Amino acid sequence: MYPDDRRYSKEHEWIKMEGDRGTVGITDFAQRQLGDVVYVELPELGAKFKAGEVFGTIESVKAVSDLFCPVGGEVVEVNQDVVSSPEQVNKDPHGKSWLMVIRVDGATELGKLLTASQYQEFIEKEGSD
Amino acid sequence: MVKASKAKSLLDKLGRLDALRASDTFPRRHIGPTDEDIESMLATLGVSSLDALMDATIPESIRLRTAIDIPEPRGEHELVRDLRRLAERNRVFRSFLGMGYYDCITPPVIQRNVLENPGWYTQYTPYQSEIAQGRLEALLNFQTVVADLTGLPLANASLLDEATAAAEAMSMCLAIHGAKGAQPKTFFVSQDCHPQTIAVLETRARPLGIRVRVGSPQEDAVDDPDLFGVLLQSPSTDGAVRDLSDVIARAHAAGSTVVVATDLLALTLFRPPGEHGADIAVGSTQRFGASLGFGGPHAAFLATREEHARRMPGRMVGVSQDAEGRLAYRLALQTREQHIRRDRATSNICTAQVLPAILASMYAVYHGPEGLITIARRVHGLTATLARGLQRLMLDVGGESFFDTLKVRLPKDRAEEVHGDALHRQMNLRRFADGSVGISLDETTTADDVKALLEVFSGSAPLSFTVEDLADEIDLDPPAALARTSPLLSHPVFQRYHSEHELLRYMSRLQARDLSLTTSMIPLGSCTMKLNATTEMTPITWPGFAALHPFAPSDQAEGYHELFGQLEKWLGEITGLRGVSLQPNAGSQGEYAGLLVIHAYHQSRGQGERDVCLIPVSAHGTNPASAVMAGFRVVPVACDAQGNVDIDDLEAKAAEQHDSLGALMITYPSTHGVFEEGVQRICEIVHAHGGQVYMDGANMNAQVGLTRPSDMGADVCHLNLHKTFCIPHGGGGPGMGPICVAEHLAPFLPGHPLSAVGGEKAIGPVSEAPYGSPSILPISWAYIALMGAKGLTKATQVAILNANYMAKRLERHYRILYTGKNGRVAHEFILDGRPFKKSAGIEVEDIAKRLMDYGFHAPTVSWPVAGTLMIEPTESESKSELDRYCDALISIREEIRDIEEGRADRENNVLKNAPHTAQAVTADVWDRPYSREQAAFPAPWVREHKFWASVARIDNAYGDRHLMCSCPPKEDYKS
Repeated sequence: MYPDDRRYSKEHEWIKMEGDRGTVGITDFAQRQLGDVVYVELPELGAKFKAGEVFGTIESVKAVSDLFCPVGGEVVEVNQDVVSSPEQVNKDPHGKSWLMVIRVDGATELGKLLTASQYQEFIEKEGSD
Repeated sequence: MVKASKAKSLLDKLGRLDALRASDTFPRRHIGPTDEDIESMLATLGVSSLDALMDATIPESIRLRTAIDIPEPRGEHELVRDLRRLAERNRVFRSFLGMGYYDCITPPVIQRNVLENPGWYTQYTPYQSEIAQGRLEALLNFQTVVADLTGLPLANASLLDEATAAAEAMSMCLAIHGAKGAQPKTFFVSQDCHPQTIAVLETRARPLGIRVRVGSPQEDAVDDPDLFGVLLQSPSTDGAVRDLSDVIARAHAAGSTVVVATDLLALTLFRPPGEHGADIAVGSTQRFGASLGFGGPHAAFLATREEHARRMPGRMVGVSQDAEGRLAYRLALQTREQHIRRDRATSNICTAQVLPAILASMYAVYHGPEGLITIARRVHGLTATLARGLQRLMLDVGGESFFDTLKVRLPKDRAEEVHGDALHRQMNLRRFADGSVGISLDETTTADDVKALLEVFSGSAPLSFTVEDLADEIDLDPPAALARTSPLLSHPVFQRYHSEHELLRYMSRLQARDLSLTTSMIPLGSCTMKLNATTEMTPITWPGFAALHPFAPSDQAEGYHELFGQLEKWLGEITGLRGVSLQPNAGSQGEYAGLLVIHAYHQSRGQGERDVCLIPVSAHGTNPASAVMAGFRVVPVACDAQGNVDIDDLEAKAAEQHDSLGALMITYPSTHGVFEEGVQRICEIVHAHGGQVYMDGANMNAQVGLTRPSDMGADVCHLNLHKTFCIPHGGGGPGMGPICVAEHLAPFLPGHPLSAVGGEKAIGPVSEAPYGSPSILPISWAYIALMGAKGLTKATQVAILNANYMAKRLERHYRILYTGKNGRVAHEFILDGRPFKKSAGIEVEDIAKRLMDYGFHAPTVSWPVAGTLMIEPTESESKSELDRYCDALISIREEIRDIEEGRADRENNVLKNAPHTAQAVTADVWDRPYSREQAAFPAPWVREHKFWASVARIDNAYGDRHLMCSCPPKEDYKS
């Protein structure tokens, strides 16, 4: 279910590294909890965030949630397709519906994130539906 | 023997006296169950008496054992007579005071068929949109009117008044800047805004750390980089209409957001704020058919550009589609609001002004664009005539363009003579601080009024000209440079209904799409949808209450002041908190006002740093939103497994914040519908750490006569008069949220710059008008006077009985989530719908929609616990109505069992496809795995009277993804 090629945060974001570039998205668990996503607000290019800082918001009909940056870095790309068709987040959260790419400051924070199996265990404890 | 016979004759005499009392007693009309019903319901519960049930439900330590001091109840006829006397003590003068309040003509067809019609005033807020399409359409018309007239595409469906709308706009400006990362904290306010607007802004700004700078936008720098926003007003408070483009461009160049307060009637003739470059427009729709009412209720509006949609405060209607592809309306972008976003909401506003907004929308539908322009040109023309006449009298009316208001510069002693003469003729004119005299005309002004005004200004000298002479010299239209050129209200809805028959049928059609209390009970938890009796409602349109201007001299409002005084005394007695302010216009405003009072109290003791507000996680979302607006930091307190406040956690948090604890906000009985045993202990802990206790009065209907906030230790509480005290919900307002405070807080009750109201160390005004919305206060006054102490207490007992009876009948079918220590619920209770998700794929929302097929409105859905239903039946529902509702819920439980046990499909079933429309069940093709009869007629009573949902299940996500908040283009209408 949760791919091994990336790390996960307890706030339900994932990050997949290629060199110093990390692609960030929300997990399938998060999209199921939210329900039908209607709006995604993403940062401007060049914005810088520390780990744990809010980089945007995501809204469904019933809930609104902050998006937390899993590791620190500078935004180098945002996924405009998701902004214009937010429902894509429900369809392919781990693939086409990535949210942004950041140039990661230092790799040390990555180690604090969960692996796929740890995340799986974490959400089972949190109570999946 | 002698003694006994004396006693007997006394009894006979008493019996005869009783028989001679008024026969139209009210409590038996207000309270649903008869005494026989009550007996049988008590038997169902296995309890001997109402008192025994109360003893088992309410903790002994907080019980009130004496009767509350309320006058003996009156009969309905007697009460109407008493109210008439009060109304007659108000003297209605012709009002030329202006300042945002203008007399107008409520078209009688709208007054009788909307304002005075329970089919329009008894509905709840349109959260169940499938059975609220009528008022959602009316509100969409309202938004279209506002958007068209202001020249800004996105309008909300009403705020509480113009001044608080300006304050909401100020918060929006700050949020817009916060998003840009900019930090300026000064808001520029033009000095020619209404004085009460400036005062409300100053109150609102202080706790948010905003500086308000009042000045002249023409002379002072509006391009100061310290500014995050600018508020202008046009027409200004002294009547001037100016081209604002230049000021707005300068403010924009420096990065400010610009708000313009304006007047919708003027905008039918003058170029709208949107075309001057404004980002936000605010104002009141009062003069679109709502009477002055001594200050309210009136609907205010806020319009803005589309990019600010997610920063918009309050409710907004949007267009979406239903499951059958039909166009359908529902509330849009609800995630902005306090019930979801809590302390990060765009505003604390909850109850708005839906009924006045519907009046305004119908006024625009009835008159259409040509009709509105005709009214506006007439008002402008009469004002021009008056100006010309004043000039002939050699008076200085300034050289600015105007719409309906003139400011006449006079020497002070001359001005006093003018006011004296005007009062003598029963006319009120505005007094400016510099001695100038203000005159505002309106839809009701006649040529004779203009003549009378000119006579007042000419003093003893007779007029050497006639109004007809003057009329030849004036221009009805504004100067070309300021005139409106863009079209307005071009949607067909504003063309179709100009004859009375057509409008009557349009309103009747819309009304038929909405489920109101005229159809069936609406048992929303924490909303207290009780009877709104006809007698209580009757006085609100009497001229003695409806036609007074809020700033009329107070000796003209003696009837109102007597009514306020009595109502304050009674509310003080009911809560045990004797300081009362009637100013807050809704529960949310009451919370905000109460917290400001608490802050002012701490500050007066040199403890202004007490800025932490403890709020249980079970609290309504308005609580944290209000706390943030009042400048508090919110610290949540946990709840235990029984849903009660976790006292250990509270103690720890209070101790942790010992030096900074400002307040606790608590709802009682709890939002979980239980009389918590620990409430006194909770209040003691907060007091011990220097905090004050704010009680949310949303659940007051479970307290009246049996216990009081003061007995538990509360220092402040607000009362939702539209819940416990019978003001109808109006489909989402008007409401009233007066606050009651303990003696030590009374000096801080809110004041007002234009009225002698509030304590001696008053905080600033929280509402535009000194007494909020006075014209609906006779409703609550009447309720208390009709019920008396005994009747009020019995109402509370029966409210608790009704809830416990329903819970008892339902407990074998659904889990009741929380109960008190003796297994009893308070006046409401929670049904758990969560297990059905796993067992049958059924969400609690499916149950809510299926109830529509049975002719019912759902209880509160997913609040305060997600996946549950909260039911509050109120005392006004009869046993047979309670039984019908229980039967519906039990029948739905069986329908769920059919899915659980494989007799019905998990996806394609009566619940998932609910509600079923008439079109769907009568269509030629029916391919569902259940019968049409099962779909639409699932219970016997539905055969006698079927309420059809006018649309099928609405797709909320579709509407939020394709935001559209004004009337859709005509090709989307299927006629």
